[in-house]
Amino acid sequence: MHDLIAITPMGATDARIDTIKGMKIAERPDFALASVAARAGRETDTVDAAKTGLGLDLPPAGRFVTHAPYAAFWTGPEQWLIEAPHDSHENLADLVKAALGDAASVTEQTDGWVRFDLEGAECHAVLELLCNADTRRMKAGDATRTQLEHMACFVACRTQDMRFSVTGARSSAASLHHALVTAAQSAL
Amino acid sequence: MIIHHPLLGPRDAQEFTFLGAATLIERPDWQAEDAQEQFHDYLHLRDNPAGEHRELWFHETGDRSWLVVTRNTLTHEITNVEMARDVARQKGRSK
Repeated sequence: MHDLIAITPMGATDARIDTIKGMKIAERPDFALASVAARAGRETDTVDAAKTGLGLDLPPAGRFVTHAPYAAFWTGPEQWLIEAPHDSHENLADLVKAALGDAASVTEQTDGWVRFDLEGAECHAVLELLCNADTRRMKAGDATRTQLEHMACFVACRTQDMRFSVTGARSSAASLHHALVTAAQSAL
Repeated sequence: MIIHHPLLGPRDAQEFTFLGAATLIERPDWQAEDAQEQFHDYLHLRDNPAGEHRELWFHETGDRSWLVVTRNTLTHEITNVEMARDVARQKGRSK
């Protein structure tokens, strides 16, 4: 048996947390992810199965929904990203596939992404330096994919004005972290 | 330049990449008798209008949809934006 040590996208054993003038930027390796794409002509079946099997109302464009322990983002036409706590749902893709059957294609995504949570009253000041998303108009449950320092990221509003998550490619974790911290230092 | 995405609303052009004329959707049947000639025209012959032009744009750092954007090449005014798959389906394509 190999004795491997799990590392976070930032390359450490513990999640990276920075606090810059009251603004908290926290790496969140504690979530598992799986993508869902409805198969051709099976969108209604996928939506019904997600409701029955996971209790999730798969959201329309620009939104995410939460039904503990699951959350689902809209990522594209008839496509979603499902999120759940890693400790209890490490095999998320299998669970989602079991719920959706042949209505949709499901792909494991957990280690493909890095998520940073921005928490504080100055989220807008930091995010508006970095991306086009109009975060001041985003309400809890709004999510959009946009460009942030040349990296495509999902920006999701978890609590209006106060808490946003930025999910980008794991391979660019350090660049994304650098962009967020630098913007926070400039803006605050 | 702002492109009004049919699903996501106004988006800056920096989120998109450009492919070319929307006629690229109409890929010829490779089994046709004159497939070679059709593919020659499909690949190499382009209209270059001074005025309204239908183009394929990819929302690369957004929802990764392909869009058909009708743009005036003289004024850069965008008069219509459609989902490319809707355009393809109207032409009887399956996907």
